[in-house]
Amino acid sequence: MLYFSRWKATSILAVALLVCLCAVPNFFPDKVVDTWPKWAQRHLVLGLDLQGGSHILLEVDSNFVRTEKLRNLQDDVRRVLRDAKVGYTGLAIRGDGVEVRIREGSDSTLALTKLRELSQPLGGILGNTGQRTIDVSDQGNGTIRLAVTQAAITERIRQSVEQSIQIIEKRVNELGTVEPSIQRQGVDRILVQVPGLQDPSRLKALIGTTAKLDFQMVDMNNNPQDAAQSGRVPPDDLLLYEGRGGQRVPVLVEKRVMVSGADLIDAQPGFDNRTSEPIVSFRFNTAGARRFAQATQENVGRPFAIVLDNEVISAPVIREPILGGSGQISGNFTVQSANDLAILLRAGALPAPLTIIEERTVGPGLGQDSIARGKLASYLGAALVVVFMFATYGLFGLFANIAVAVNVAMIFGILSLLNATLTLPGIAGIVLTVGIAVDSNVLIYERIREEVRAGRSAILAIDAGFSRALATILDSNITTFIAAAVLFFIGTGAVRGFAVTLGIGILTTLFTAFTLTRLIVAWWVRWRRPQTVPI
Amino acid sequence: MRLLRIVPDDTNFDFIRFRRISFPVSGALSILAIVLYFFHGLNFGIDFRGGTLMEVQAKSGVAELAQMRSTLAGLDLGDVQLQQFGSPADVLIRLAQQPGGDEAQQAAVRKVRAAFGDSVDYRRVEVVGPRVSGELLAMGTIGMFFAIVGILIYLWFRFEWQFALGAMIANMHDIVLTIGFMSVTQIDFDLTSIAALLTILGYSLNDTVVIYDRIREMLRRYKKMPMPELLNHSINSTLSRSVITHVTVSLALLALLVYGGQAIHSFTATMMFGVVLVGTYTSIFIASPILLYLGVGTTRRDAEEVSSGAGKPPASSPAKPPAKAKTKS
Repeated sequence: MLYFSRWKATSILAVALLVCLCAVPNFFPDKVVDTWPKWAQRHLVLGLDLQGGSHILLEVDSNFVRTEKLRNLQDDVRRVLRDAKVGYTGLAIRGDGVEVRIREGSDSTLALTKLRELSQPLGGILGNTGQRTIDVSDQGNGTIRLAVTQAAITERIRQSVEQSIQIIEKRVNELGTVEPSIQRQGVDRILVQVPGLQDPSRLKALIGTTAKLDFQMVDMNNNPQDAAQSGRVPPDDLLLYEGRGGQRVPVLVEKRVMVSGADLIDAQPGFDNRTSEPIVSFRFNTAGARRFAQATQENVGRPFAIVLDNEVISAPVIREPILGGSGQISGNFTVQSANDLAILLRAGALPAPLTIIEERTVGPGLGQDSIARGKLASYLGAALVVVFMFATYGLFGLFANIAVAVNVAMIFGILSLLNATLTLPGIAGIVLTVGIAVDSNVLIYERIREEVRAGRSAILAIDAGFSRALATILDSNITTFIAAAVLFFIGTGAVRGFAVTLGIGILTTLFTAFTLTRLIVAWWVRWRRPQTVPI
Repeated sequence: MRLLRIVPDDTNFDFIRFRRISFPVSGALSILAIVLYFFHGLNFGIDFRGGTLMEVQAKSGVAELAQMRSTLAGLDLGDVQLQQFGSPADVLIRLAQQPGGDEAQQAAVRKVRAAFGDSVDYRRVEVVGPRVSGELLAMGTIGMFFAIVGILIYLWFRFEWQFALGAMIANMHDIVLTIGFMSVTQIDFDLTSIAALLTILGYSLNDTVVIYDRIREMLRRYKKMPMPELLNHSINSTLSRSVITHVTVSLALLALLVYGGQAIHSFTATMMFGVVLVGTYTSIFIASPILLYLGVGTTRRDAEEVSSGAGKPPASSPAKPPAKAKTKS
């Protein structure tokens, strides 16, 4: 137990030193570290609870996705049957599907064949799983049911999340914050983490807005006030509202969309030449420009509505055809809201609304305080343990303290190597490791004391103490490690930070107990050739 | 240099006899804890109940609690709790979950922000919607379950099944008492409490395993020593280690408790109780004596008597009564 070959001793020290060295980048400012080679740049990341920032969990509105999918299917069925010249009645959404009745029994085979063409293999030509997007079935009595499969809806939600992540990335990057992180979580969720924000309201507005922009003609033939009061909206119209000087004024717009925000290629905030009010100017792509030109040509003198997320921003009258494919939106903007709208339009609309289901924001002030407190608690905890160990075991206590110091340095090294996030509970995990790391030394030393009492000579006692205690150390640490592992898998954010430091702390504790402490004691034994053990 | 000896070398306390006190006391306390849990309940934090937690700091240096309370009461946000902590400027605001789903929680935060305006610094804002809180609770419970099962399987492999069972009973005892503690003190029960419970579990087992390890070693070495004596010897010879380790862990925890701040306060307080008080007590007074009742060591004696000189002892042996009689004395 006390013999180490030269290469073994060297490699133990080399490993310890190397791991400790990984912690070095943390002691230099980011600017300095950035000039180092890539492999040397790995360092700890402070968690949002320490550097301040927002953790926002969003969920895609899966009901919206489902409803939209069903509506599209309804439109498809209508188109297919019309193209096939099949007479039908009662086309409606029922449950998770669309049902339609074919008028003539002789048409039903044709209708079934045509409608079956709507169903596609799920996952495209590549990941073909044998599942299809729609189950088409004959319900008898000429009724055909097209049920959207659960797999198809899940797939659509997955795509929505994928698109949303890209769009949110664009939007958040415009805020100019450092290192935002945007990740998918589970099937229908997105986790947005943005460090260092004082007030996340703007961030939340930017990521929570769908930003679906549509240009629709205003219906001048019907009175919007009447429609709002009676609740009777003409079948081809939508009743929307426009905020005008603090009031919500009803506006009837045609359902048909002239041009949509999907055709925008650019949007910039600016100021109106005449009124100097903040505006957003935009540019369409070729197709959009052509449609916009055509629509404005046909409707000179009539107002059109600029609709953002079912809210009319403004409804200007078309004075002349707009042929250049660019225009501007005005409507009670402030400089910031014009800027934000431009950001939203440039990034594009979210495919489905997102809801904030969890938010955790820590202000930078509290973060600073937490770091200071964490440091104080760590130093104090470490100092208490070091003094106590020295008082209890003297020279061997000093050995233990060296091992614990190396242990902590190695924890920081490994955390840096993993680019791990350090949270306040994470610091607690490290402080706790200091408390528990000495346990391995205590186990060894107590065992040595026992062996001495049992009458063994100093060297034999030390040897036996190590060999007997190490098995116990292994057993006892594995149980704690299991708890840490479970915590890592179920935990989120801060709790996970605790699990990581605790788990790594156990590993480094095992390493130091099995190698470093043993090596130090072995050297001491070789040097002093002790007759008695000083503990 | 004189070294500190907390536990004298010749300590030989009869822990096993003490079970006649510790078992009924633990049983009573466990029942009390369960009763408390059901009738007094836990103070579920927003992680599990949903709602909003805001930590604000008055810019003026002193928070006018009464004034803030009346401001918030005018917002029609249901149950609002204000609590001063740390410096006179720091206030914790808790809003109960708002009816109307996830969006309603965000609206409540906006209302509060509008009401206080720039008079306070928003140091921490946490909003947990109804669905997330439900999931977090489920995850926490499942996590506890898997941790216990995982540890048991490990112990079962490393030791005999009696040890695993003994450790599990000790485990339950720890968790039940800690939950009772949380109920009495009405400490916030949140995600970090689950972390605390799992860590308590880990450390308490750590302790138990150290003693069990010694018991196993003694069982192999002393084939004829009566079980109560053997258990006592095992506990006494590891006692010094138990005490010293718990002193170091408490020192570390004490630093965290005093200087760790509000965010981890419930975590450290729970740990302090669970690891330092309950964990140590359990491994000494519950986990080890209970092995008597689980029949550890009985096959050992029988085996030796049956197979003296026959090399390996047979795995199963019907002759149980004599050993058992001795154990109970």
